[in-house]
Amino acid sequence: MIEVINLHKSFNGQEVLRGINLKVNDGQALALIGGSGRGKSVLLKHIIGLLKPDSGKILIDNEDISKLRGRKLKRLKERFGMVFQGGALFDSLTVFENVAFPLREKTRMKASQIRKTVFEDLAEVGLSGAENKYPAEISGGMKKRVALARCLVMNPEIILFDEPTTGLDPLIGKAIHNMIRSCQKSYKFTAIMVTHEIPDIFSMVDRVAMLYNGFILAEGTPEELQNSKDPVIHQFIHGELEGPISIN
Amino acid sequence: MSPILTLFRIIGAFVIFVIGETGRMGIFLAEVVFLIPFPPYLFGRVIKQINFIGVKTTLVILLTGTFTGMVLALQIYFTLSEFGAESRLGPIVALALIKELGPVICALMVTGRAGSALAAEIGIMRITEQIDALDTMALNPYKYLIIPNLIAGIISLPLLNFIFVFVGVWGGYAVGVGLMGLSSGTYFGSIRDFVDSADILEGLYKSLSFGILITWISCYKGYFTGYGAEGVSKSTTQAVVMSSVTILIWDYFLTSILVA
Repeated sequence: MIEVINLHKSFNGQEVLRGINLKVNDGQALALIGGSGRGKSVLLKHIIGLLKPDSGKILIDNEDISKLRGRKLKRLKERFGMVFQGGALFDSLTVFENVAFPLREKTRMKASQIRKTVFEDLAEVGLSGAENKYPAEISGGMKKRVALARCLVMNPEIILFDEPTTGLDPLIGKAIHNMIRSCQKSYKFTAIMVTHEIPDIFSMVDRVAMLYNGFILAEGTPEELQNSKDPVIHQFIHGELEGPISIN
Repeated sequence: MSPILTLFRIIGAFVIFVIGETGRMGIFLAEVVFLIPFPPYLFGRVIKQINFIGVKTTLVILLTGTFTGMVLALQIYFTLSEFGAESRLGPIVALALIKELGPVICALMVTGRAGSALAAEIGIMRITEQIDALDTMALNPYKYLIIPNLIAGIISLPLLNFIFVFVGVWGGYAVGVGLMGLSSGTYFGSIRDFVDSADILEGLYKSLSFGILITWISCYKGYFTGYGAEGVSKSTTQAVVMSSVTILIWDYFLTSILVA
C-alpha cells in the first residue's frame, strides 16, 4: 500500500505541495487529476523517491521511501516502474535495447531468454516489428508503448504514469489507456496515473484524486467525483471557464 | 541603495555562488569517486567512452601536435641561431612539448571536442528524463554516466599526450633537420642528454589531472543542467569555458608544486 502523509514541498520559496494526504491500495488504479503545473508530477516523483520532501512521509508498505538510502532504497525502487511524459527512452538505443536494458542490467537472464521476453512484451503493447528502430524514428504513441513495455518487462508491483497520453490523438490516447488498463488487470500492478483525459479516464480507474492548490481536494470513486457538488471539482471536470478556479 | 552597496552586494553574491558551486562540485566528485570500487563494473561503457574521448580525438591531436612542434622549432631555431646555439633546438622543443604544451594543448583539444559533447549529451539526458528513468530502474546514474567518463578521461589524456609529444618532436625534426639543415644526430642526441624521467613524469601528472578536470567539470555541468535547450546550451558553454580556464590555472599551480 502507498500512503502519502502530510507531504510538503517548495521550490525556490514557492510551496507546490501543501500537506498532501493520499492512500492507494495494492492492485488499485488511481487517476491523479488537477490543473497543469500544480504539482502532480512532483507528487509522482516523491512517491518513487526521485525527490525528497521538505516534510511529511511517503510510506510504501510502511517503509518511508524518503528516509531510505543505499541498498534498502534500491530494493524498494525495484518494486516500481515509471512511464514518463515523454517516454524517457534512451535515445542512443533501439526499441529492443531499450526494453532489454533493465533485464541486461538487473538480472542474470541469458541473451536468448532476454530476447524472448522482450519480443513478448513488445507484442503485448502492439509493437512487433519495431524492435530495430530508434526512438527518434517512432511516433509519440509508439514511444509511450515502448516505455510501458520497458516497465512491464521487470514486472513491477507499482507503476506510475506521468500523462501517458499527452500529445496523442484521441484514438491512440484511448488505445493506450485501454492497454494500460488491460496490462494492469493481467499484471495486477498498482497504478497511479497523472492525466488530463477527462472524462475518458473515469471508466478506466478504480479511484480518482484531485490535486488543487497543493492539497488533495477530493478522493473517491470516479462516480463520487463526477457527482460531486464541490464547485471546484465541478468546474474542473466539466472544463468550464467560469467558476472558482482561476485560469491564470 | 547606493552604487557602492550595490557593487558589494553583487560581489558578495558572486563569491557566495562560487563557494557554493565549488562545494557542490566537490561533493559530486567525492560521491563519484566513492562509488568507483563498488559493482557493477561497466568495462564496456569505459571502453566506449575511451573510444569517444580518446580514439576519436586522435586525428585532432596528430594535426595539432605536428604543427605545434613545427612552429615551435621554427620560432626557436631563429632565436637560437642568434646565439649560435642551434644544437639545443631538439631539447627545447622536446621539453616544451613534454612538460607544458603537450598536456595543456591536448587538454584544450579534448575539452573542445569531447568535453562539450559530454556536457551536451548528459544535459539532454537530464532534460528528457533519461537520467530519472535510470534512477527509477534502481540503477545509479553516476555508475552509468559519470564514472565511465571519468575513468576514460584518466586513461585517454596521458595516451593522447604521448601521441601529441611524439608527433610534435617529429614535427620539430621536420623543420629543424629537414628545413634548417640541422643534423639528425644533433637533434635527437641532445634530447637524450637533456630530457629525463622527471620531465616525462611531470607531463604525465599534468595530463592525468587534466583528464580528471575535464570529465569532472563537463559531467557536472551536464548532470545539473538548466531547463530546456537553453539550459543545455548554457551548460555546454560553461563546461568548455570552465574546463579551459581551470586547466590553465591548475597547470600553473601544479607546475609550481612540481618545480618546487
